Amino acid sequence: MDSALIPEGVKRCSFGKFALGIIIVGGVLLWGVYAMLLVWLKGLNQTNMNDFYGFALWIWADLGVIALGGGAFFTGLLRYVIGKDELKNIINCAVLIGFICYSSALLILAIDIGQPLRGWFIFWHANVHSMLTEVAFCLSCYFAVLTIEYIPLILENRQLNKVPFFHNLAHNMHEVMAIFAATGAFLSFFHQGSLGGVAGVLYGRPFAVREGIFIWPWTFFLFTWSAAAYGPCFTLFVTRLMEKITGKKLVKQNVINLLAKISGWTMGTYIIAKIIDTWYWAAATAPALGLNLIDFYSNNPFYGIWILIAEIVVCGVIPAAILLTPKGRSNSTLLFTAVSLACIGVLINRWVMVLQVMAVPVMTFENWVMYIPSWQEVATTILPVAYGVILVMISFRYLPIFPQERELNP
Amino acid sequence: MFPFSFEWIWDVGHMVFMGGLWYALTIIGLGMTYCILKSVIDTMQGKGGHHH
Amino acid sequence: MKEEGKHKKAKKYGMVINLDECTGCGACMVACMAENNVPFKEDESNKLDSIAWMRVYKLTNGKSYPEADICYLPRPCMHCEGDHGHSPCVSVCPATATDYSHETGIVSQIYTRCFGCRYCMGACPYHARYFNWWDPVWPEGSTKYLSPNVSPRMRGVVEKCSFCFHRYQLAMDKAYFEGRTELEEDEYQTSCTQACPAGAITFGDLNNPEHKVHQLAKPDNKHGGRPGNPNVFRLLERLGTNPKVYYMSSREWVRRAGDNYLDNEDFAKNYRR
Repeated sequence: MDSALIPEGVKRCSFGKFALGIIIVGGVLLWGVYAMLLVWLKGLNQTNMNDFYGFALWIWADLGVIALGGGAFFTGLLRYVIGKDELKNIINCAVLIGFICYSSALLILAIDIGQPLRGWFIFWHANVHSMLTEVAFCLSCYFAVLTIEYIPLILENRQLNKVPFFHNLAHNMHEVMAIFAATGAFLSFFHQGSLGGVAGVLYGRPFAVREGIFIWPWTFFLFTWSAAAYGPCFTLFVTRLMEKITGKKLVKQNVINLLAKISGWTMGTYIIAKIIDTWYWAAATAPALGLNLIDFYSNNPFYGIWILIAEIVVCGVIPAAILLTPKGRSNSTLLFTAVSLACIGVLINRWVMVLQVMAVPVMTFENWVMYIPSWQEVATTILPVAYGVILVMISFRYLPIFPQERELNP
Repeated sequence: MFPFSFEWIWDVGHMVFMGGLWYALTIIGLGMTYCILKSVIDTMQGKGGHHH
Repeated sequence: MKEEGKHKKAKKYGMVINLDECTGCGACMVACMAENNVPFKEDESNKLDSIAWMRVYKLTNGKSYPEADICYLPRPCMHCEGDHGHSPCVSVCPATATDYSHETGIVSQIYTRCFGCRYCMGACPYHARYFNWWDPVWPEGSTKYLSPNVSPRMRGVVEKCSFCFHRYQLAMDKAYFEGRTELEEDEYQTSCTQACPAGAITFGDLNNPEHKVHQLAKPDNKHGGRPGNPNVFRLLERLGTNPKVYYMSSREWVRRAGDNYLDNEDFAKNYRR
């Protein structure tokens, strides 16, 4: 039915099966859209956020998808600026994921603010000293870059590419992609960092605050570095997932190995830096404010020391170790375990830096406050996931996302 | 965002921050302008007509 | 304005609250809500999402009879100065919707500028900032009792104690009309100060040695405004927020409850640092 749109030389499932998939995921999407409209029309009272939890599930989701989408900027940097040419076989996938993650992040932010119609104030009346301003600016600009990176891919659709202008535009955009990729890497460095800075500058919150250099707390650099380390893991995770679903090999093993190896090194160095940061904070920063490490992990029903171990050891040291060993990288089960753990690890980190910050009491006569999101919050958080799945399905079906697919599946 | 917003100050913070922003926006804008113009010219010269 | 500002000494309005005198009656909270058109819900039992610019906390020393002791602690906005106006909340607001005035020391909130990102709430360790989760609903007829000097807030923005800034503006207007640029101590007082039946709250210019707040707190401006009076303390002094609300108590456990200390820390020694 739609075979004229499908890239040449590749096999896709029947249109009926595809449409059924879209309808099922579309149902979830509609549920999310309904919740989103409720929040926009009735206000943030639809959530379980409160005056203790000004930042909650959405901000975590926002930080989470941006970290996971970090594969786009780092892979782009490696491919276009540093010149790791093999990565051209996975860059499209990284760009697609990045595009989904960043558009989701912007949507979540638009839902999260109390007066969405005033959202533009963050640009117009920008306070240049706020980390959130930096986030908003770089996020929007980088989303523009990702759109620019995604457009040629759309234009390479079999039918669109027949239009001479589109063909030329895709070609010309590819020609100058290195400049866009470099700008994207520059912007990403700052917004990934400023997202870390969002927590690190909160000097009224001993759990979040960190020393730093000049205006940047250490979390600034940790967030950028962790996005570079963990983002590619999500690219690998999605690629592997797509391979499992389609039952096809989509990217050659040497490409996977290369990205996994680079990710392993960035993750290994990141986790060392993270351990040093945590140790310094626990040994010097917090005690100077009259608090012990254990104060942040006790007297509450959820946040125990387990979360620190899960983040740093189980989902940090272990995946880094797997990715750093050639045997670990080449064993597909081990590799998949490593990238899955890594994705969980970075999500735990972002959770801790948003929600645990809010949960910890600061004044001595206050207690821990727990929070459970409302269904509207959950639905609006699942909304981008459903949207992402649909965009991946459509893109995979109609666009040449994986250049090696034809060769690998003759 | 613009020097005519009343909270704007010509200090280091604004110059560095907004400088970076406008620098990035200029590159993105010029890059895209170049791509579009070149594609229009290429198309008028008859390039990309035959699928290869 | 700037020219005039140069001639006068900058004000630093602040409070000293005597916790030994506070009975926890809550008159300050009521006065504040009425004065500032603070919205309320039909059911105010969930304190996590109800607004109280001035909130009275109940502290206990955790001991049993006969040593059991309690203390009520009223908590307005601390109007933190931080390091040269770098208050925790002001520095993080992305839209410049909250500002630190170097003229009065008051942290303002521009409701029509705030777009409700709530970053300031995350930054404030005192929970002095509140979000309007709902549009205010005033019971029938009660709008006649709203103060015309304070704008009511809409859903989706953050609000907090302003040290009754409209009272400062009114007092300044009157002073200008009378050809003065300086206010008398009693010309500008917050509503909570005036409402306290025990007289536990003292309000004034911390920079003015003639004002009672200065005499009580003896702020050391060279060291972030820390109190010179040994019975006076500030909440979470060690964070470096440099608040302008001082608390006074003769009881050591109360003073200690103002901040976090390690178990093995010598409270008296560290506190006096």
